[in-house]
Amino acid sequence: MGQREGAVGLTTHAPQAAQAVTLPTTLDEAVAALTAMPAAVPVAGGTDLMAAVNSGQLRPAALVGLGRISEIRGWQYQDGHALLGAGLTHARMGRPDFAALIPALAAAARAAGPPQIRNAGTLGGNIASAAPTGDALPVLAALEATLIIAGPDGARREMPVSHLLAGMEMLRAGELIGYVRVPLLHAPQVFLKATGRTGPGRATASVALVLDPARRGVRCAVGAIAPMPLRPLEAEQWVASLIDWDNGRAVVPEALHGFGEYVAAACIPDADPAEDGSVPPLPPAVLHLRRTVAALARRALGRALS
Amino acid sequence: MSNDAATAEAEGTAEAAPPAPEPIPHGLGASLPPADARAKTEGTFPYAADLWAEGLLWAAVLRSPHPHARIVSIDTAHAREMPGVRAVVTHEDVPGTPLHGRGGRADRPVFASDVVRHHGEPIAAVAADHPDTARMAAAAVIVEYEVLDPVTDPEQAFEAEPLHPDGNLIRHIPLRHGDPEAAGEVVVEGLYRIGRQDPAPIGAEAGLAVPRPDGGVELYLASTDPHGDRDTAAACYGLPPEQVKIVVTGVPGATADREDQGFQLPLGLLALKTGCPVKLTATREESFLGHTHRHPTLLRYRHHADAEGRVVKVEAQILLDAGAYADTSSDALAAAVAFACGPYVVPNAFIEGWAVRTNNPPSGHVRGEGAMQVCAAYEAQMDKIAKKLGLDPAEVRLRNVLATGDVLPTGQTVTCPAPVAELLQAVRDFPLPALPKDTPEDEWLLPGGPEGAGEPGAVRRGVGYGIGMVHMLGAEGADEVSTATVKVQDGVATVLCAAVETGQGFTTLARQIVQETLGVDEVHVAPVDTDQPPAGAGCRGRHTWVSGGAVERAAKMVRTQLLQPLAHQFGMSTELLQIADGKITSYDGVLSTTVAEALDGKELWATAQCRPHPTEPLDEAGQGDAFVGMAFCAIRAVVDVDIEIGSVRVVELAVAQDVGRVLNPAQLTARIEAGVTQGVGIALTENLRTPRGLIRHPDLTGYALPTALDTPDIRIVKLVEERDVVAPFGAKAVSAAPVVASPAAVASAVRAATGRPVNRLPIRPQAAVATGH
Repeated sequence: MGQREGAVGLTTHAPQAAQAVTLPTTLDEAVAALTAMPAAVPVAGGTDLMAAVNSGQLRPAALVGLGRISEIRGWQYQDGHALLGAGLTHARMGRPDFAALIPALAAAARAAGPPQIRNAGTLGGNIASAAPTGDALPVLAALEATLIIAGPDGARREMPVSHLLAGMEMLRAGELIGYVRVPLLHAPQVFLKATGRTGPGRATASVALVLDPARRGVRCAVGAIAPMPLRPLEAEQWVASLIDWDNGRAVVPEALHGFGEYVAAACIPDADPAEDGSVPPLPPAVLHLRRTVAALARRALGRALS
Repeated sequence: MSNDAATAEAEGTAEAAPPAPEPIPHGLGASLPPADARAKTEGTFPYAADLWAEGLLWAAVLRSPHPHARIVSIDTAHAREMPGVRAVVTHEDVPGTPLHGRGGRADRPVFASDVVRHHGEPIAAVAADHPDTARMAAAAVIVEYEVLDPVTDPEQAFEAEPLHPDGNLIRHIPLRHGDPEAAGEVVVEGLYRIGRQDPAPIGAEAGLAVPRPDGGVELYLASTDPHGDRDTAAACYGLPPEQVKIVVTGVPGATADREDQGFQLPLGLLALKTGCPVKLTATREESFLGHTHRHPTLLRYRHHADAEGRVVKVEAQILLDAGAYADTSSDALAAAVAFACGPYVVPNAFIEGWAVRTNNPPSGHVRGEGAMQVCAAYEAQMDKIAKKLGLDPAEVRLRNVLATGDVLPTGQTVTCPAPVAELLQAVRDFPLPALPKDTPEDEWLLPGGPEGAGEPGAVRRGVGYGIGMVHMLGAEGADEVSTATVKVQDGVATVLCAAVETGQGFTTLARQIVQETLGVDEVHVAPVDTDQPPAGAGCRGRHTWVSGGAVERAAKMVRTQLLQPLAHQFGMSTELLQIADGKITSYDGVLSTTVAEALDGKELWATAQCRPHPTEPLDEAGQGDAFVGMAFCAIRAVVDVDIEIGSVRVVELAVAQDVGRVLNPAQLTARIEAGVTQGVGIALTENLRTPRGLIRHPDLTGYALPTALDTPDIRIVKLVEERDVVAPFGAKAVSAAPVVASPAAVASAVRAATGRPVNRLPIRPQAAVATGH
């Protein structure tokens, strides 16, 4: 199609009020910038934040870009743990060297949306936006990860990731998630995700499962079905007691099945009994979700032990 | 090719492209590439959202947050007082007719005045000097509502209080054909539901309105029916049609009547009121709220068949949810009722069809409308007959297929080619794709995706069939006409025709037709505006037929003008002269000259029309020759289903289609692939949910379009080229038939894999789980 002259190629973006953008290069500078301007919003990958800006839901007075803080874009080792920078992108976490370290987190990172999102979106952003469907979150919950929070004047404090996700503890003004400390377990880990389509999509349910051979433990978290990842602690302990840890981690097949059902029933309980004692059936969609969680948990344990 | 050349080509100027290493294909039957392909690929192709005018204002539309409410009052005072706001318009500011509507049913207000009937209905519009100001001002319009109970279940629309002065029944067709007492040895029944597909054009709506010195207005829009939209706009503004001009910009995706008049009409009103250009670019949410959707449909079927699987009688009830306004629901219902039995010979048919008004978002034309919904149902019924008789599903279909000369339940005899058996045999006999266990593990793509939860042990494969039919062109007496002009000067031809290039490839086809007829390589197609004679809406394959036909006639008239003097000079008829590669030669080789020499500096013009044979409306028994022509498509689907989780991956779709004649192989392939992909969306993921009449998740995360990973291998197994003698070039429309057949084929394959009935589209995971509860 042709166009009239003069009607082509001009931008649709109207001039906007000048915005203050700070680009600190260290974590402490970033904290200082946020403290100096409490209305400023920190932005890392921007995959959630910029969508809100573009749709007009958010008009930040100022931005503090975290993309140039090189200290949080990699990871280091610290007595049996990995100290992951909050600025690690999903794309970076999905690579084989990272996968050798923390396989479940790598699998979750690879499943987290299309390449454009994975290239930009970060681990810290996934935690901070705390969307129920955040793919890294059940993995961090299963790993019992600890957040290292940077505060004003070089202060550092620690917080279990589950405390932040459950709202038991909050970030204070000026604070930033600096690092995430996860144990290196040297054992199989699995992340499985059910979505509505073959292409990238939000999880309808996800399961992260890690083995901890040193403590003879199984740790599992279920994502996307509740506002935060759910830990079926009793099911974990039950199945851990059935695994023959000294004999190639053998387990009877019935235990896999039982584990799946146990996890599903723990995370999606039956409805409260009615006055006559009968239990009303769950709606079909909820029953299907419970069946999906059971299948994911069973498959995850099966793959971890195989 | 330099950037400049690409731009020049996109703008349709006469600058020639640099010579390509290989000869550029030309003429009918060649894969001529679209002239704008490069600009579109590089992102330099201008769409309506890229338009700009000096001193323009930005518009925003206030839309109803309720599906059904009485408007008690509208207070625009605060919005008007906001700095930067230049105009606020409501129903009180519509100078012309307050109602409009497609499909000849003017039942839709420009702005709601006393009642809102659906979520997203326009109530007011604002023009301001900044888009944010306009949006804030629209939000500052205070509307006091008295919220009413919405009618969202189409079955309740019959009994409900009228939602509109025109009543809740938009159309009822009780088709009666044959003997009502006829009975078969086996009877199968089913209740089927089809969800609400959104056309989800990849470019959301945008437009620019520019006031004219004569008191009129020019609208720059991605309209697919510029003359129809112009007439609606002129009536709304109270202006004669000559004072409203629609200039068609680049169209970013149109598988439907893509444009939402709820923003077009306010745009022009605001331009007329302020005297300034006014622009609007819709957000994705506004786009979902504004334009029409595919009709959600409820279908109840009973098939009678004899012991050999031959269908004896079909009884069906078809209920289309038209949403709040009629739009083109009447046409969709006609197609649904007429094709309710599918491309099968059914001697006795009793089909009741209704299109009813609800408080859901309005439904309208999306390609394959009506035909797609019934295809999912009648193909499910064929699967049930096969299962009941223990026959192969393809065999049952073959025993019933329609052929040329058979009679449809509407009493219309199929006169066009109908190679349905040949299509079905072609897809049935095509080799099946390898099973996952026979392919290398790293090439597996299991249901759930590359990083999904799929487990080979839980995956079952299923094979199913879907055969669809659609009608081409408007039906039931619609005057389908198009006008085209062809001009030749200095060996360069130009086509002027108001047929909009929606991505269907009309401009490429027009170039091919002129190349073929006039032997001129360089052909340009002029931009479309309403100063040209009407060519009608771009839907149901009509531009290939009527506009293509008009271009051919005009080109032939130019050819005659060009050759007549030569023929006269040499004493032979023009038929004995040939034009090829810019040269004119006579049959005996005596005469040989170039087109440029024959033109001798002259400019030749010709204008022609194409109008196919008339049709008639369906009568009170659903009988009548309502359709100009029909096209058929058979698809075999192969799916993998994770039967524990219910995730489905379509592995392969094998397509055989009745195309009449292949005019551009590359373009044809692209159209079939696009149609099939849209069908996969209907089958698996695309459903715009509207609980209690409210559109949920109006974004492309919540509304899951197929991605490359969701799209199966599409094998075009056979293109049957039996020319349709009444159609120009013998070609049939190709885009809609695969949309109709593919959802039915996918559902059939999931049925085969899981043993579940699969009576609802899109297929929900819980309906594809084969074990347990």
